[in-house]
Amino acid sequence: MEIKTPVIKAKKIALYHILNISQQTFTKAVSATNFFSDVAEVCMFFVRFVKETFTRNHELKEFFKQCFQIGYKSLPLVSVTGIIMGLVLTIQSRPVLANFGAESLLPGMVAVSLIREMGPVITGLICAGKVASSIGAELGSMKVTEQIEAMAVSSTNPMKFLVVTRVWAATLMIPLLILYADGLGMLGSWVGTNLKGDVSFALFFIQAFSHINFIDFIPAVIKSFFFGGVIGFVGCYKGYNAGRGTESVGIAANSAVVISSLLLLIVDVIAVQITDMIG
Amino acid sequence: MNTSQITAKSDTSSTEPIIDIRHLRISFGNQEVLKDVSLQLFKGENLVVIGKSGSGKSVLIKCIVGLLSSKSGTITVFGENINELNREGLGDIRKKIGFLFQSGALYDSMTVKENLEFPLCRIRRNLNQQEIDQKILEALENVGLASALNKMPSQLSGGMRKRISLARTIVVDPTIMLYDEPTTGLDPITSDEISSLINDVQQKYKTSSIIITHDIECARATANRILMLQDGEIYMEGDLAAFENSTDPTIKAFFK
Repeated sequence: MEIKTPVIKAKKIALYHILNISQQTFTKAVSATNFFSDVAEVCMFFVRFVKETFTRNHELKEFFKQCFQIGYKSLPLVSVTGIIMGLVLTIQSRPVLANFGAESLLPGMVAVSLIREMGPVITGLICAGKVASSIGAELGSMKVTEQIEAMAVSSTNPMKFLVVTRVWAATLMIPLLILYADGLGMLGSWVGTNLKGDVSFALFFIQAFSHINFIDFIPAVIKSFFFGGVIGFVGCYKGYNAGRGTESVGIAANSAVVISSLLLLIVDVIAVQITDMIG
Repeated sequence: MNTSQITAKSDTSSTEPIIDIRHLRISFGNQEVLKDVSLQLFKGENLVVIGKSGSGKSVLIKCIVGLLSSKSGTITVFGENINELNREGLGDIRKKIGFLFQSGALYDSMTVKENLEFPLCRIRRNLNQQEIDQKILEALENVGLASALNKMPSQLSGGMRKRISLARTIVVDPTIMLYDEPTTGLDPITSDEISSLINDVQQKYKTSSIIITHDIECARATANRILMLQDGEIYMEGDLAAFENSTDPTIKAFFK
C-alpha cells in the first residue's frame, strides 16, 4: 500500500491535468465556434443590407430625415472638434518648427496633417461616439419594445426602413462632416498662428494650400466614406440584433461605439497602406 | 386532462376557419415551447387563449404573422400556408391582420398621428391625404382619444398607449385581430374599457380575433370560445360555461 500510494497520487494528478486541458480545449473550441457564427451573422446581415439597397420601394423620406439627424445635428460637436484640432496642432507644432527656423511651413504642415489624417480619423472617432451610439441605442430600444416587430407586421420592411436609410445616411453625411471639420481646423490653425504672430487670413491660406494638391484630398475623402459606412453599419447591426432586456440597449450602444471606433482605425491603417503603395 | 371537443361559436361566426393551425411545434434551442398545437379561428369569432406565463401563448400568435417560424406543422391563414409564402405573399397576408402588441409598440419618435399614418400609407396606398386624415380621426374617435392626435407616445398613460395602439391596428380595416395581453399592466377600470373596445371592434369591423390573455375578466368579457395552453399543449378548449363549470383543479385555479 505504501508503495502504491505515490503512483495513485501521480495518476490522479495526471488525470486532473488531462481533464483540465480537455476542458480548456473544449472552451476554446466553443468560443472559436461562437466567433465564427458571429462573423457569419455579420456577413448575412451585410448581404441583406446590400440586397435591400438594390430592391424597389426606397424609404427616401426616412433617408433624408436620417441625413438631417446624422449630418445637421452633429454640426455643433464636429465644429468644436475641428477648431480645437487645428488650434492644438498649431500650438504644439510651432515650437518644434521654430527650432528648425521653419515656422513658415506651419500652415502647410497643419493643412497636410489635417486633410490627410487628423481630420478624418478624429472626426470619424467623434462621429463613432455620437452617431453609432445613437443608432445602436435607438434600434436597440425599438427591438426591446417590439417596435421593429410592429413595423414588420405593418407590411413595412424594417431592414429597408431602419437599416438601409441609416447606413447610407451615415456613409454620405460623415465625409461631409469630415470636410467641414477640416475647414474649421484650418480656421482654428489660423487663430493658433495669430496667438503668437500676425499672419493675415489670405496669406495663411495661400501658404497652406501651396503644400497640398487636389490629389491629397482623394484618399482622405474615399476613406471617410468607408468610415461613414462602418459607423452606420455597426450601429445598425448592434441595435437591430440587441437582446430582449432593457440592459441590451446599453450593451448595443456601448459595443456599437467600441467596435465602430476599432474598425475605423483598422480601415485607416488599410487605407494608409493602399495610399502608400499607390504612391 | 384530455382536450374537450366542445365547439362553441358565437351567432356571428361561421364554420369556415380563416386561421387553421395543424400540429404546430416550436422550439427555442432545446426547449420546446409549443408541442403539437392545433386550432382553428372561425370567421367573426373571438377566440381567447389563456394560460400561465411561459406557456407559449405569445409565440403562437407571432407564428401566425410569420414573426417566428415553426419547426413543424402548418399555419394556414385565408387558405395560404404561412411557411410556404415568399416575402410579398407574407406582406399581403399581414395587410389583413392587425396585431396589438403587449407593450403597445408605438413608435417613440413619431406623434400619435404619424403612428397611425405609418401603416395606413403603406397598406392603403390609394388613399389621398384628406382620406388618410379622415380615417385617422375616425380610428381615434373609435378608441375615444381624438384629442391625442398631436401628442407624443411619451405623453400618454399606459391605458392611452394601448388605445392608440388599438387605433393603429384598426385604422387599416383588418380582417383578423391578434391581441397579445391587451389588459396586462392596466387598472381594472381601464382593463374593462379595453375589453369593451375589443367587442366594439369585433362588431364594427367584423373582425375575427385571437386574444391572448391571463386576465380572466377580459376572457369573460370577450370570449366566444376559450382555449387553454399548458406547457405548450392545448389543455382544454370550450366555451366560457365549460371553463366556469370545470372541476379540474388547474382550470378552477384560473376561474376562481
